[in-house]
Amino acid sequence: MLSRSSPDPDLSSALPPAAVRCRGLIKRYDDVVAVDGLDLEVRSGECFGLLGPNGAGKTTTIEILEGLLEPDAGSVEVLGLTWAHGARALRERLGVQLQETRLADKLTVEETVRLFRSFYRRGRPVQEVLEAVQLTEKRRSWVSRLSSGQRQRLAVACALVSEPDLLFLDEPTTGLDPQSRRSLWELIERFRAAGRTVLLTTHYMEEAARLCDRVAIMDHGRILALGTPAELVASLGAEHVLEFSLADGGGGLSDAELRALPGVTRVRESNGRIALTVREVHTTVPALLDELRRRGASLASLSTHHATLEDVFMVLTGRRLRDE
Amino acid sequence: MSRLEHAPLAQLTLARIREFGREPEAVFWTFFFPIVLAFALGIAFRERGPERVWVGVQAGPGARALAAALQGADNLRVRVLEPAVAGEALRDGDVALVIVPGGARVTYRYDPTRPESRLARLATDDALQRAAGRRDRVAVSEEAVEERGSRYIDFLIPGLIGLNLLGTGLWGVGYTVVRMRTGKLLKRLLATPMRRSHFLLSFMLARLGFLAAELALLLFFAWVAFGVGVRGSLATLAFIAALGAFAFTGVGLLVASRARTLEGVSGLMNLAAVPMWVLSGIFFSAEHFPDVMQPFIRALPLTALVDALRAVMLDGAPLAATAGWLGIVALWGAGCFGAALAMFRWR
Repeated sequence: MLSRSSPDPDLSSALPPAAVRCRGLIKRYDDVVAVDGLDLEVRSGECFGLLGPNGAGKTTTIEILEGLLEPDAGSVEVLGLTWAHGARALRERLGVQLQETRLADKLTVEETVRLFRSFYRRGRPVQEVLEAVQLTEKRRSWVSRLSSGQRQRLAVACALVSEPDLLFLDEPTTGLDPQSRRSLWELIERFRAAGRTVLLTTHYMEEAARLCDRVAIMDHGRILALGTPAELVASLGAEHVLEFSLADGGGGLSDAELRALPGVTRVRESNGRIALTVREVHTTVPALLDELRRRGASLASLSTHHATLEDVFMVLTGRRLRDE
Repeated sequence: MSRLEHAPLAQLTLARIREFGREPEAVFWTFFFPIVLAFALGIAFRERGPERVWVGVQAGPGARALAAALQGADNLRVRVLEPAVAGEALRDGDVALVIVPGGARVTYRYDPTRPESRLARLATDDALQRAAGRRDRVAVSEEAVEERGSRYIDFLIPGLIGLNLLGTGLWGVGYTVVRMRTGKLLKRLLATPMRRSHFLLSFMLARLGFLAAELALLLFFAWVAFGVGVRGSLATLAFIAALGAFAFTGVGLLVASRARTLEGVSGLMNLAAVPMWVLSGIFFSAEHFPDVMQPFIRALPLTALVDALRAVMLDGAPLAATAGWLGIVALWGAGCFGAALAMFRWR
């Protein structure tokens, strides 16, 4: 492989062009660094996810890419254009859904989408978009009378009505019920299947795993890991996670002793719960139980699951994606 | 229709009109509040014929004779007051003048800055001197005049039109813009290729949609209830009102251009509106203010607008005669619009 710092013109023309490319992005608010030297490349035609907890800098990053915020340092290129030179042309080609936009309460669904349609030179017919987000029946309802799931779909409709080449979604399913979430996922998948590009932020690992071709795990304004969901999980070096806690709240085995158990690749403890990343559950569990029995310790809980992006995040940061 | 459907300015304006029309409270304050105000003030200041003024005679030797002498005077009503309460009655405005008997000399006790008291002093003196035997040397006869167009209500209606244009311009825009800002809708619009000037212009154009109805309703009411007419052309009046609506919407946009909270914008709107309510000659002529303030008062958009409206309604002035005032109004509108566009906060 060629190194990224010396791009070969022949090679880059052979690859699909990048939809988004940014280098050394920095954004500070007073004394807080929201984005801390971020490099990112979103390929044309992929669904790319920024996964991270609240406050990781996802929204700041996406709003810089959307041209809504000015970075303190760094370069941004979207669809081969820059915000300094091609802002208007760029806006024509982007679809944007912001976190928590309150659309006008007293306009109907149809009026709202038609208003957004009027801003763009080209786009899709309003009825077609309403059909796509399943709001046709609600088209004469005021926005104030919609459920939160319907509002979110309307926000996405406003982003889709311009038939964008690149769709930005900032936490599109936060606060939605499972059914609304699934119907939004299907919508995003259809858009992506039509060969268009999506950049979304989320703090739901199952959302990133299902929708995204590639995921960047973010925390404190930096990217900690980047790859396909499968690659990221594989980077743990093991496929399962075994979690347990002891009845007397610890006092059991030391880190080194746990690491010595067969098949254990990583050990992590938080709030009295111990999480082991293991290659094979069926070899580690009996060994662990034997060891505990030998010491007279009793289990309060024991569970195992396939490793997920959540576990990747835990391993990288020592914290969970969502604070429960 | 399909051309309109793809015209962003038309869609933005329609959205403004719909949002306003679907807000019952906003409609009430725009259309009915000025009528309620006109009605209340029209009743309060209705023509009641010559008024009689209360005067008090302080009890004491000779008081009864003085009271009897005043009893016959046309425009005075008399009561006798104990010395202890006379001062209080004067202070509270129950009587305009207190007459203190004192043998050959009477004393008038009154506040000379009160027009009513001055009137009472003249009428009292006249009645007492006549009773004492004075004879008039000049023969006089009186002719009462009541001309439409010179009554208080005639003066008031153009002022109320101006006041309403100011109010709807400020309050109709300010809250809406701030609500859109706190709800991040402005930021969302910024992410589209929408022209920023279109967004601001849509507020001005939407005002026109309601202006005709607003103006017609108030004029009709004033005509039916108080017989207030329009001497000049209605078209001229409508044009001036439209210009005023544009200008005050511009002021409203400027006031709302940076505010982040409803409380903040509310304070700024009051800051912009209250000086004009007081100074611009809505309820009483702006001439009452000292000369040093006049250039400032004349430069206010509401003063200029109301002067132009009065010239057309009361004096039948043609459009050309109002050009100076309209220039001031237009300058305010254009200046505020430009400033708002330049400093508008979209997030």
